[in-house]
Formats: sequence, C-alpha cells, structure tokens
Amino acid sequence: MQNALREFVLDDSQGAGDDPLPLPLPGSRFSWADGDRARALRRTWLDTFDWRLYRSGLTLEQVSSRGLSQITLTGRDGEVIAAQAVSPRRSGDATGLVKWPSLLGALPVGPLHEHLIPVVGVRALLPVARAVSRVHDQRVLNSDDKTVARVSVDRMSVTFPATAAAAPRLSVRALRGYQAQASRLVEVLAAIPGVADGTQSALEAALAAAGRRPGDYSGKISVQLAPRMPAVTAMAAVFAALLDTLEANVSGTVRDVDTEFLHDLRIAVRRTRSALRLAGGALPASLVRAFRPEFKWLGDLTTPTRDLDVYLLGFPGMAAGLVAGTEQELRPFRDHLVRRRAAAQRGLARGLRSARFSRLTGEWRDALSEAASGGRRRPTAAELAASRIARAHRRVIADGSAITATAPPDSLHELRKRCKELRYLLEIFGSLHDPAEQWQAVRELKNLQDCLGEFQDTEVQREEIRVFAAQMMDERTAPAATLLAMGEIAAGLATAQRQARSEFSDRFRQFASPASQARIRALTRAAAA
Amino acid sequence: MRIFATYNIKGGVGKTATAVNLAYLAARDGYRVLLWDLDPQAAASFLFRVRPRVKGGGKALIAGKRSIDDAIKATDFDDLDLLPADFTYRNLDLLLDAGKKPARRLATLLAPLRSDYDVIFLDCPPGISLLSESVLGAADTVLVPLIPTTLSVRTLDQLTDFIAGLDGHRPSILAFFSMIDRRKRLHREIAEQLPGRRSDVAATAIPALSAIELMSVQRSPVTASAPRSRAGLCYRELWQEARQRGKLPDPPSRP
Repeated sequence: MQNALREFVLDDSQGAGDDPLPLPLPGSRFSWADGDRARALRRTWLDTFDWRLYRSGLTLEQVSSRGLSQITLTGRDGEVIAAQAVSPRRSGDATGLVKWPSLLGALPVGPLHEHLIPVVGVRALLPVARAVSRVHDQRVLNSDDKTVARVSVDRMSVTFPATAAAAPRLSVRALRGYQAQASRLVEVLAAIPGVADGTQSALEAALAAAGRRPGDYSGKISVQLAPRMPAVTAMAAVFAALLDTLEANVSGTVRDVDTEFLHDLRIAVRRTRSALRLAGGALPASLVRAFRPEFKWLGDLTTPTRDLDVYLLGFPGMAAGLVAGTEQELRPFRDHLVRRRAAAQRGLARGLRSARFSRLTGEWRDALSEAASGGRRRPTAAELAASRIARAHRRVIADGSAITATAPPDSLHELRKRCKELRYLLEIFGSLHDPAEQWQAVRELKNLQDCLGEFQDTEVQREEIRVFAAQMMDERTAPAATLLAMGEIAAGLATAQRQARSEFSDRFRQFASPASQARIRALTRAAAA
Repeated sequence: MRIFATYNIKGGVGKTATAVNLAYLAARDGYRVLLWDLDPQAAASFLFRVRPRVKGGGKALIAGKRSIDDAIKATDFDDLDLLPADFTYRNLDLLLDAGKKPARRLATLLAPLRSDYDVIFLDCPPGISLLSESVLGAADTVLVPLIPTTLSVRTLDQLTDFIAGLDGHRPSILAFFSMIDRRKRLHREIAEQLPGRRSDVAATAIPALSAIELMSVQRSPVTASAPRSRAGLCYRELWQEARQRGKLPDPPSRP
C-alpha cells in the first residue's frame, strides 16, 4: 500500500452520520465497492517532552489492532522511515509491549532504534496523544471493475491529552500503477461540498481536538518583550515564563522520566537566580529579598542529582578513554554512582513534593502578577537590558583581561560565573535584539564558555572522583583494579583540564576582539534607541 | 526472493489457474508477491481485471529501456502485484534472441526486484522456445501441471532431461496432476501411482472442477472467492507443498 495520495476532512454535512461512505461521485466512471471490514486502531503518538521528533519533521506512532502492535516512524510526507513490530506482553515474552514513557534502550535494536538515537538522544519517549480510530475502507473501481484506489474514513476519538472527537478524515490511496486514475478520483472528491483538504496530520488533528498544539514546550526562553514596556512588566513576564518552564518539568523530574527534566528545571532556577541578582532591581526590593534565598534552596536541592547525572551520562565516554584499565573494572564505580544517584533522587523528589516548594512557586507567581500590574514606567525594558548587559560585559572583559598564565584556577571559575550571567542576560532580553546579531554574540560567548566549562567541570570531577574513591573504600566496595581505573580517569581529567587552560587565552582574545565588543555595544544601543 | 514458474510444453493444462491461485495464497500468507503474465493470451491479466498492455511493449522491457517497476500494477489483493501481459509478448523469442545471454535475460531483469518482492511467479505460454529457456534460467522451482496421460508423463521426462542438460543454473521441478477426471480409470491409475515412483511429482493433485473454470467468469482466483471449496483447498495443499519444495522461508511478520 502506498502513502496517502490526498487526505480530506469531512464537515458536519458529510461526516455527521455513522458511515459517510459511499459519497456520491457525480460525472465520473468510478464506482464504490466494499473493502475490508471496519477496524478499530488504538493509536499512541510518541515524542520527547521537548518535541524533538516533531521539530525534526518526524512522527512516531504506535498502532495496535487485533492483538498486533507496530511502531512506525514517518517523515514529513508520511513516508515510512522505519517500523518495528512489537507484540503484546505475554508471560515469558521478552519483546513485550514497551511501557511509555521509556528511554530508547527499551526498544529492540534495529533500524527504528538507529533512526531515533540521533534525534531523541538521552530523552525519554512519552505519549503526546492517544486516540481510537475506527477505520472503514472502501474500494473505488474503474469502468473495468478494477480497483484503482482505496478510500478510508477514519473517525478518531481522542482519549489523551483530553477526550474529544476529531472531524472524520478521508484518505485516498492509489493502487500501484493507477496513480493517474486515482488523481482523477481526488479531483472528483475535492469538488464535493463538505469535503475539505486535510492540511493537518492525524497527530495535529488529534491534538487540536484536545485543545493542544504540538511543539508547545521548549526549554528556551520564549518571552516576547517590547523595548518600551516598563522594565518591571518585562521582568515579571520573564520570571513568569521561567516559572512556567520550571513547573512544566517538576512532574518529569519527580517521576525521574529522563535526566533532561531536571536539567531544564535547574536551568530555569539558575536563570531566575541570575535575573534576580542582575536585573531584580526592576522589581520591589522586598520581593527580591524574600525570594532569593528560596531559589538558592531550590538550586541547591537540584545539585547532587544533576552532578551525578552528568557523571553517568559521560560514563561511556570516560570508560572508552581508558588505556590501561577496562570498562569491566570500572563497573563497581558506576554501581556506586547509580546508588548515590538513587539516594539523591529520593531527596530531590521529596523536596519537590514539599510544602516549601509549593509555597515558593505559588507565592512567586502571585507576587509576579502583582508586581507586573503596578510600578514605574521607567526604566524601560530596553534601557534595563542595555545597562545590565553592558555592565555584565564590562565585567567579563575586565576579569578576563586580568587572567594571566599563572592566575589561580579560582579566577577562571569566577570568570565562568560572569560569562553565565552575561549569557542569561542576552537570552532573557533576546527578543529585544536583532536576531542575527544576537545569535552571533551568543555564539562568541559560548565559545569562551565551553572552554571555561571544560576547565571547571574537569576540576570538579577530579575532586569528586577522590571523594567517591574514599566513599567506596569506606563501604568496602572498591576493588584495587577499580581504584586504579578511577585513577586513570582522574589523570585523563587532569590532561583535559590542562588542555582547556592552554586554550583559554586564545578563546578570550577572540571574545574580547574589537569586532566582538562592538557587536555587544551595538546590540544594546539599538535596543535602547 | 524465490521464483516459481508454471510451465508445460502443452497448453490448456492449468498453468495460469495454478499461477494465479498460488500467487494469491502466497500473498495471503504474508509474502510480497509479483506475478508476471508472460503469455500474450493474457489470461492471468484478464483474471485480475488488469488491461493487458505494457508501455513500449515487450521490446522495451526485454531491452531494459523501460523499468519493469514502471509496468507493475497492483491487483485488488494486498501484497499481490501483476506485471501484465502485452500482445507483443508473442515476439519475446525474437527479442531475447536479439540480446546477449538470452537464457539469463529474465533472471537479470528480475534481479532488481529482490528488495520489493519475496516471491515471483512466472506464468509462461506453452511451447519450448528461447523464452522457456530464459524462464528456466530464472526460476528456482518449475511447477509443471500434468494431465494424467501417458503422453503427459513423457513430456515430463523430456523436460527433466532438458533441464539436466542445461549449463549452470538448473531449477528444481515440482510436477503435479491437474484437471484429473476421477471417472477415468487411466487418470486415477497414473495419478495414484506416479507420485510414489517419482520424487518430483507432488502428492497433491488438482481435480477438474467447474469452480476452477468459473474463475474466468468471476475474474477472481478460486482461492479468494471460495477458499473453502474443494478447489480452494486443493490449491492450498499444493501451495504448502510448493513452499516446502521451494524452501521458502517464513514470511516477514507485518501487522
């Protein structure tokens, strides 16, 4: 069977009855014949929480019917890229139905898995919509009574994310070798009143019926500011958007669906904290004083689990880099990290379920809406952005210029913090800037941040590996071979750190170049003007 | 991909009925099937209601100027496609003769379809010709319908000798009795005795049944229109035997 040649949506005049087919086919030589019996399909569309598949033009759907289940990955035009049959769970059956949400590892190795890895990465696949489709097929015959196309009517009842009925969809599939006749049939159908072109995919139609749209979550700051809006209104909008992101990731973090829920949640907290410190002056001082310690508490709550996540996500790379030791010898170290992470995750989940957390988010939202409604008209959003970005930029240039070849590691750590502050400010106020200039400015800063990040992460990890080794010795879970392999990793981290240190001066020189500095100045000047 | 050919030097012995029904049963079993109607009489094309016409005719196909892919038509049945007959197929011998390695030509033409189809059936016209040689050069298994007469058995011997004399590729033979009239003693005797004596004769036999003749009226394989009829069951048995002899792997599971 080929891809659908054309899809239509039936309005109430054609689709209201139990069975819209056969439609009249006036002025044509086509006639209808019964096809297969009507069938019910249970459909589940899967994507990552941040819609990585949808954003890449891919659709992943699990369809179950008559005890058989198949997961299919399709492209923009509905072409099948890969498919994998999965059988319902039976006792003793190793390849049972995958329970969603699940990481990719739950899927059997094969072409589907291969296609999904680069897009999905470490994220879990979770149901974004579920529906039951009742599909009735009819055949369309030409004057020789030969089938030239199959037409199916799909009456879809959406069950998730809300219960709703979608408009009946009619799809025309040409039989091989009969494309020309099927195209004529499409013209005939398109001319029937009440039959409209189906512009949405089945997933989009299911979500629209349930009142959602695909791609409605992104970890990026997507708040649209106007240059002349009062800074207090702008900052309240920024903080509210960050709170939305934070809250959107709580459930996935508590249920430990994948590591990126915590990552996004943590970034929202860090951005909030930086914005409070750097641009919080636009809000009432009492508000900032009250909430800064609470967000610090929240940030600290998320640190242990995220640190261990970073270690575990980088583990395959570390193990692959061993020269003397083996992956097998590192296994006790990995087990140790996994145990520590489980304990940290329990603490994190407790914290996110606590009354203190609900109070924080609830009161913060109330305070923001109150702050947004009142307050001064000046400074404007653009004035605030210009002054804060200029100040943060000056500090990065000043601190970076003071770092010599013999400067202590702490000076690089401090510079990294200043860079992060500048980055957050650029991102928060991004909607005020020229997109191309903004992109270039962030790119140049990121180049420097990557180097500083590598320098500090390797230092932290090197210190941590000593702590882990001591813990494992205390717990008597560290064989000598494991400790030796861990030592090798520590040595590798030291080499990587030296490498990052040696690259710093070049990277900083690029960032502090006259052209780059002029870009930041122009960016803020244009917004303020 | 396995290639089955229905072949006999004689005409009117049930080649097309066999090709059509076995192709349908293979598709029902979940194989992706192509049936090539090589007979200019176009009986298989007629049965599937496909117009017996190929753009550019047999010449373009055999010369490779037109892709086989473009000429294929879907039948009304899932997973069963047809490469229709064309009246120019009456010249296939001449067309094959004009090219290089005529005996391997069909095998070469069909090779690119390997990823599209699990099973191909070649429904051949009667006679012994360059086309027959090319069919034997492409087929893995030749299905030979026999009317149980002494002369028919002689033709099977001739065919066996002919295949044994081929250089290189030699298909296996699975002969079976077709159009058996149980009222005729000779039919009964030959059909009962020969399968025991020869390993290349199938245990299954297809009786002369009006349901099979009616296929041309209903324009549908009897295995589709009356799967539980005696004719339907006989073809099902024959297909099982052909599958085993042809060492056909299980079809890929596709819900």
